[in-house]
Order: sequence, then C-alpha cells, then structure tokens
Amino acid sequence: MDFAVVVIVEILYAVASLALIAAGLAVVFGMMRVINLAHGEFLMLGGYTAIVSVKAGINIYVAMLVVAPIVVGAIGLIVERLVIRFLYGRMLDTMLATWGLSLLLTGLVTMIFGNTTTGISTPIAGYRVGAYQLSGYNLFIIAAGFLVMAGILLALRYTRAGLIARGAMQSSDMASGLGHNPQRIYMITFTVGAALSGLAGGILAPLTGLTPTTGGLYVAKAFITVISGGAAVVAGTLSSATLFGTITQVVTLSSTPVWGDVAMLIAAVILLRLLPQGITGRFFSRQV
Amino acid sequence: MTSGLSERNRHLLVLAIGLVLLVGLPWVVDVVTLLELTIYIVYALFALSLGFIWGHGGILCFGQAAFFGLGAYTYAVAAINVGESSGPFLLAILLPAAFAALLGAMMFYGRLSDVYLGVITLVVALILFKFVNSTANETYVIGDARLGGFNGIPGFPTLNWPGDAGSPLMPDEMFYLAMGLLIAVYFGLHGLLRSRFGRIVVAIRENETRAELLGYDVRLYKTAVFAIGGGIAGLAGVLFANWGNFVSPGVFGLAQSATAIIWVIVGGLGTLIGPIVGAVLIQFLTTLLGQQSVVNNAFVLGAILVLVVLLLPKGLMPTLGQLLSRGRRK
Repeated sequence: MDFAVVVIVEILYAVASLALIAAGLAVVFGMMRVINLAHGEFLMLGGYTAIVSVKAGINIYVAMLVVAPIVVGAIGLIVERLVIRFLYGRMLDTMLATWGLSLLLTGLVTMIFGNTTTGISTPIAGYRVGAYQLSGYNLFIIAAGFLVMAGILLALRYTRAGLIARGAMQSSDMASGLGHNPQRIYMITFTVGAALSGLAGGILAPLTGLTPTTGGLYVAKAFITVISGGAAVVAGTLSSATLFGTITQVVTLSSTPVWGDVAMLIAAVILLRLLPQGITGRFFSRQV
Repeated sequence: MTSGLSERNRHLLVLAIGLVLLVGLPWVVDVVTLLELTIYIVYALFALSLGFIWGHGGILCFGQAAFFGLGAYTYAVAAINVGESSGPFLLAILLPAAFAALLGAMMFYGRLSDVYLGVITLVVALILFKFVNSTANETYVIGDARLGGFNGIPGFPTLNWPGDAGSPLMPDEMFYLAMGLLIAVYFGLHGLLRSRFGRIVVAIRENETRAELLGYDVRLYKTAVFAIGGGIAGLAGVLFANWGNFVSPGVFGLAQSATAIIWVIVGGLGTLIGPIVGAVLIQFLTTLLGQQSVVNNAFVLGAILVLVVLLLPKGLMPTLGQLLSRGRRK
C-alpha cells in the first residue's frame, strides 16, 4: 500500500516535471509553429537566475517564481526582436538559428560562471510514507506543473488576449484586418513562452546541480513531449507528458534511470511513427 | 550552381587541387601538422555525408552522428575481436548503412514530414548515446570487446595493410588513405548525382509530389539516399576511430551532430564542395580559438550559425560562386 502511494507520487512528479519542462516550448511551438532549440538554455538561464538571486539574499520563492520568469522573458524578447522575427514561416531556418543560439548561450554562461556545478538546496523538508522517505519538494513540483498548465488553458480560452493570440495564429491576415498587429502578438507570445521556460527552470533548479550544459538535458525531453503532443498546447502537452512520464517512471523504478530515459525515447519514436501528427493530431483535436 | 567556371572545368580544378594536396602536403608539412590535417579530412568526409542527404536528398538529419558513432564503435569492437582490419573496416561501413536503411525505411514509408524526421533522427542518436554511455559495467561485452561506457574503448588494433595484420598504417599513410577516400567519395557522389538515380533524387528534393506523380517511388529513393549517407558517415567514423585510436560515447553526441550541421550550412547547402570547405574552415577556426581562453568556443560557433542563417542563408560557396559570376559579367 505504501509502495503504491510512492509509485503514484513518483509518476505524478515525472508527469508534472515533463509538463513544466515542455510548457514554454509548447506555447511557442503550438501557437507559432516555431521550434525553439534554445529552449533548454532558457530553462538553464532561469535556473541560474534563481540561484544568483537566492545567493544575493532574495527569498527563494520570489527568486524562482518572479525573478526567473521576468529575466528569461526579457531575454526571450531580445532574442525575438534580433533573430526570430526574421524567420517566421521558415521552420528549418528557425531550428538552425535557435540551435546556434543555444550554443551561444551555453558559451556565454560558461564564460560568466565557469564550467562548474552550482546549486541551491530545496526549501521544503522531506516526509515519510510508511517505510519510505519522500522529498517534499516533489509535491511542490506536482502542484506547480498542474497550476502552470491550468493557467495556460485559462489564459488561452477565457481571456481576450488569449482569444486574439489564437486568432492571430490561425489567420494573421484576418487579425491584422481587424486592427491587431500580428508582429506584436508574435512578439508577446514568444516572450510569454520564454518567461514560462524561465519559471520552469527556476522551479527545477533546486533539484539538480546546474552546469552551463544543463539545457541539453532538457531540450530533447521538451522537444519530444511537445512534438508527440501535437498542435494543441495544453491537451497535447498534458497527454504526452502523462504517457512519457508514466513510461519513464515505471521503467526507472523497475531498472535504472538510464533505461527509463531510453524507454521514453523509444516510445516517442514508435508513437511518432504511428501518429505522425502527434497525439492531438488524432485525439482531442478540438482542444486548446 | 552559378559559378563562373563551366562544370567540367570546375571538376578538373577540384580534382587538381585534391591531387596536389594528396601528393604535396606530406612533403611540405611535418608529421604533427599532417595528423592535424588528417582529422580535418575525416570531418570533411563526415560533413560530405550530411551535405549529400540534406543538400541533394532534402533530408535534414539532426542525428547524423548516430551513423558516425556506429561506424567508429563497430570498427573498434570488430577490430578487437578479429585483429586484422579489412573485415572490420568494411563492416563498419555496411552496418551504419544498413541501420540507416532500416531507420530511413521506417521514416519514409511512414511519410513523416521534415520536422518529425528531425526529431526522430535526433532521438535515435540520443538513444545510442545514452545506451553506450551506460555500458561501463563489465557485463556489457561483445566478443572480447568491453564497451566501456563513458570510459570509451581505448587501444584497439588500428588499420593495417589489407591482409597483413603485422603492418599497421603509419601517420602519413593514414593521411593518404583519408585524403584518397575523400577525393574518391567526392567524385563518386558527383557521378551518382549525374546518373539517372541522382537526377531523380534531386527531382524529389525539388518537388516531391510531382516526382511521385511521374511514377517514381519517392520512399525507396529517399531510403537509398539516407543509407548512402549513413555508409559515408560510418566510413568517416572508422577513420576517426583510427585517428585517435580511441572511441567514446561523445561520437554519438548532440554536439557532434550539431557541428556537422554547422559545417554544411556554413559551407553551402546543395553543393558537394561546400560541406568540405565548411568543415575545414570551422575546424581551423576551432583550433585557433582553442589556443586562447578569453572567448568560449561554443559561443563563437553559435554566433556563426545564427549569423549565417540570418545573413548568408545559402552558405559560403554558393554565395562566392554568385559573386564570381556577377563580377565576370561586369
């Protein structure tokens, strides 16, 4: 019984952290069809921002939940203005340019912080379930993951800004005919996506030590989750995060974390072969 | 392809330069420089493999390192078990080619679009990397060879004269082999592109639907192109393994695939000389940057990639060719 609780919590935790990792990319890819390969580096920057802020004496929750998204959102805005906006509609060029960007950011952070591991400790103490010791921070991540997803869903579905953004993505001509500036909407959407990545990076920072190359670990997972999810931002990300999180965690618990990751990657290859448009290309296709 | 020279003259020029380098370089430079140049050539061959499938086949592979690494590891493992190098050499080309054919068939017969193709190739390279990286345990053995995990495989028998395991190739002979193979593959690919097969492949790149409606089996041609690219990448992997007499999981890494993409895009997509020039230029730059510690290497490479995509989307060689022909017309 205790073991069942542990397994469920661990699976929920894996799902939530995948959803967090993928959230920013899902907004940027799902809405704008821009594949941002520097996404992992945005997460990494969020993590560094949180760590630097905490070391400067700022409260850890403020650092993770406020400072990290603002800083990374600002970086995203700069990137969009300098690079991405010239490449809309050219998917492969965007992939290449953002890959260059990811190398550039990794190099930049290495120059500033050095090629060493930094980290902060988790702010929540562990708790016991029967004979098992669990990390309390996992529960925080589960809550954060589902809150972020719910937030995106509500913002897209029930706010005027979300409606305009969705409209501009479907038909930018029509949106500009109605007096909205598509360029500005793209800019804001990309910035919001970057800020979400910063938030996720900040929240995940206390879990593992951070190095300048941490982004590489995230980007593949985020990429796979989002692409397998398909075009619907929330439904797609949640369904593929659930699928992959469960597979990863079950295999991890029954063998090693490496095999957990390998199982997830193999599942992704098979899934894309069967459903080339992602899960929401076939199911839940009317969802946001 | 708007260079000022006619196609025939351009080939003669490339051939002449290649042969001069092949014969001349070992006389001019010392052994250390020759070794350094050999690795440039190996990288050029790897870049050529990606340049062919991407520039002519229209297949953007984000995990070309999978085949490069497979070639390197196959050679290392087979050489330890066999001893004599001819068999392992061939096997390390055929196995990546077969693997590419299998993977390609799965993707192209499934009619996956560009982006999903990119993801799957990326993921496959990542799986190989993670798998090989986790094989440090002694239970992971193939025949006499331990896979070694993140420690890699050191000290396997290097290439020898065919049939004579007692006479390994010297550094200058390695150079001749690598350079000779690069020239052979370059002109081999040119011949292929001029053949019926090559023309259909380029037609598919230009307009897949039209080629399909004309009755060509697009899936089959793309799979074949992918397999050829995989074989060439495997060949580059073999030479790489022999160059350092060492392989580690890094050969499968994302960085390896990314660098190959940078070589091709900087040199010029859709040409065969572009990837070679790109690889040599960028590697030369990397070596130069490695000698100082002010600016980070990845930072400069990343900046180059961003700038080339924004300002020089066709790459160096096609742009140069355009400038040349424009200058001539004036």
